[in-house]
Amino acid sequence: MQTLTNRSKHVSNKKLSLGERLYLPAIVGGLGITIRHFFKKKVTIQYPEEQRPMSEVFRGLHVLKRDEQGRERCTACGLCAVACPAEAISMVAAERKPGEENLYREEKYAAIYEINMLRCIFCGLCEDACPKSAIYLQSDKLAPSFYSRADVIYGKDRLVQSMDTITSAKSLKSGLTTSDRYVDKVWKNGNY
Amino acid sequence: MDIYLFLAKGVIILLIFGITLLIATYSTYAERKVAGFIQDRLGPNRAGKWGLLQPIADAGKMFFKEDFIPARASKWLFIAGPSIAMLTACLTSCVIPFGGTLDLTALGIDKPVPIQGMDVNIGILYVFGIVSLGVYGVMIGGWASNNKFSLLGAIRAASQNISYELAMSLSIIAIIMISGSLSVNDIIQDQDSFYKWNIFRQPVGFLIFIICAFAECNRTPFDLPECETELIGGYHTEYSSMKLGFYLFAEYINMFVSGAVISALYFGGYHFPGESLVAGWLPEGAMGHNILTLIGVVAFFGKILFFIFFFMWVRWTIARFRYDQLMNLGWKSLIPLAIANIVVTGGVLLALPQIKDLLSSL
Repeated sequence: MQTLTNRSKHVSNKKLSLGERLYLPAIVGGLGITIRHFFKKKVTIQYPEEQRPMSEVFRGLHVLKRDEQGRERCTACGLCAVACPAEAISMVAAERKPGEENLYREEKYAAIYEINMLRCIFCGLCEDACPKSAIYLQSDKLAPSFYSRADVIYGKDRLVQSMDTITSAKSLKSGLTTSDRYVDKVWKNGNY
Repeated sequence: MDIYLFLAKGVIILLIFGITLLIATYSTYAERKVAGFIQDRLGPNRAGKWGLLQPIADAGKMFFKEDFIPARASKWLFIAGPSIAMLTACLTSCVIPFGGTLDLTALGIDKPVPIQGMDVNIGILYVFGIVSLGVYGVMIGGWASNNKFSLLGAIRAASQNISYELAMSLSIIAIIMISGSLSVNDIIQDQDSFYKWNIFRQPVGFLIFIICAFAECNRTPFDLPECETELIGGYHTEYSSMKLGFYLFAEYINMFVSGAVISALYFGGYHFPGESLVAGWLPEGAMGHNILTLIGVVAFFGKILFFIFFFMWVRWTIARFRYDQLMNLGWKSLIPLAIANIVVTGGVLLALPQIKDLLSSL
């Protein structure tokens, strides 16, 4: 039979030679392999003290972003809910009242915005669909475990970016997640 | 003063016993650590610094587990099994000389005190007798459990130990022929310089002996009595708590004893290369003699620890034998090889004086 690669090994049923039947050379070879591993660098990560570095583009817990002045970006257009393959996102839109311009950037906003973390598959399609750059999957934060079904549905109280990461000019930058920074970098370099 | 001799002897025996148990305890830790390192892991490292308190944690766990005896098990034998295993394991180390003699004339003991439980002239026979008793512990435990898997494991252990004991004793005979004594101390005395170590005089015998030692200790690749995939836990399937602990602990003591016997018979025991050189540097008299003896003890324990490591090293290298392979290897390869080794050794021993005569007459 023709082989697809040259990596396959040919197996034969020929009788073992005396040296092979003694097994001792093979055993000594095996001991050599194990002792090499004995002195190798260990791959263990000491978990609570030491954590595996996460990828820059890891898709973790969602965040609803605010803009530079601390206004919610989301305009409740529903594109994320449409894009979501797991149908995890639901929202109720409301109209911005006069005097609320410091709270919401657009005239329309999401009065209720919920993501069901049991349904979410963390694919990041909502991120792609959002025309207002409002929803992001943070690369440095995992969706925490939960103990009741009510805990699973994340409302605006747990999704919207907290104000203290916005207010001061200094923390404006630190308010960005690493995925933001990655996106910024990609946009600036123009290779998206 | 006889009372001082008695006391010194008692201290030495207690020390040997304590060190045996300590090494066996830390072998459990070393086993897990070596396993980890060979598999590119770190092994236990949470209990104490580098996980050094792990054996204590293990023992604590063992003691506080429920001590369960199955309803239809033979109660008395069920308890006797691990007790015999433990007892026979501990008995063996008493004839092994862990060092030369101590000169304690300062304490009023005019005779040199050997670092040995007792020097019997059939020491090696005693070791083999006790070791072969060890199989009763496994056998009784497996039988008393009233469980088919336990019984199968016990039967395997019994037939394996009996098969390999034959080859083991036959490989020893060649050494006894060379040294002309059954006393372990005499065999060690016979290997007083590096080139006279029995490993160089009896390489084939050593190979047979070490393979059989693996089989006797029920260590991989001969751990068929307790192979998890086929027999659940083998003979200790039904055991829990410290009874299980005793079985496992007995295995580690056996490993220590095997290491001691191998070092004594084939690696010069408490002798070490360059011994006469070191003896020249040391001061004359009792002081120098005692220091030399203690260096010998350290060398002996070094050899034993190396063999314990070797046991573990092999465990994580070689896969388990199939049962028919085990029997074939024992009966068809090792025993004939051991007999051939005896014949060749005998021939050489007979021929050597003749050759010497011939050479001197030329």
